[in-house]
Amino acid sequence: MTAVTLLPYADFLGIRIQGERAGAPLLVMPFSEGLLNLQGGLHGGAISGLLEIAATAAIDATLEEGEDPRSVFKPITVTVDFMRPGLPADVYACGEVVRVGGRVANVAVSAWQDDPDRVIAAARMNFAITPPAEK
Amino acid sequence: MTTGFDPAALLASAKGGHIVALGLRFVAQGSDWCEFAIDYDRRLVSDAASGILASGPIVSLMDTAAGFAVWTKRGGFKPQATLDLRLDYLRPSRPGQTVTGRAECYRLTRRIAFVRGVAHDGDPDDPVAHLAGTFMLLEPK
Repeated sequence: MTAVTLLPYADFLGIRIQGERAGAPLLVMPFSEGLLNLQGGLHGGAISGLLEIAATAAIDATLEEGEDPRSVFKPITVTVDFMRPGLPADVYACGEVVRVGGRVANVAVSAWQDDPDRVIAAARMNFAITPPAEK
Repeated sequence: MTTGFDPAALLASAKGGHIVALGLRFVAQGSDWCEFAIDYDRRLVSDAASGILASGPIVSLMDTAAGFAVWTKRGGFKPQATLDLRLDYLRPSRPGQTVTGRAECYRLTRRIAFVRGVAHDGDPDDPVAHLAGTFMLLEPK
């Protein structure tokens, strides 16, 4: 697994890499008041943002050492299922790269809070991979 | 507006939270839809070089517009939870542009609300994303 850099939007959400899980980066989004919705739970958009960042980090981590970064990932479709309410607490997420090809990467990603077996949200995300030269 | 749900009043009562942190603005409301906007912010980009807004803030924009559309159709701020959301990104939004998202609650059953929506960055005929989703209603309407 190579070093992974997070997006500026990840900093905005306070997301950090906390380690690794099944060969993919394990991300944490520490709880903050700015993640809440109007009903006192975590905003679905913030959870989706964490899932997206975990997905791109998982793709990044599939690169071989020394390989040029595939610097641009553009999401094509994102489908998020919310299973449990997001409580005002830290959230973890980790992606599983189902397939990474030359043009498209398919990623499954899930998020949980205290118990990894109690998933609060999961997503399937399909990304277009743009080589840096075609930016 | 006769829906009985006033987005501006609800937002004015919110002291903080994700809507305020992202700078989401309420724009307009109809009988079964709501429109919000997010101004361009360099902290929300996916890649510092391209300056393209990450997709996460657009999910937040559309989730918020959709939730408000459901409250509008339900006629009040009642408990509900997003069940699922699908976003199709037709193209990246242009750096510097405000993104506007309108979501409509096109069907309300006793337990589920069905929503759809479109986000654009200036021209509604040239959208950046389409939304389809459902919400669980946590109290009978």
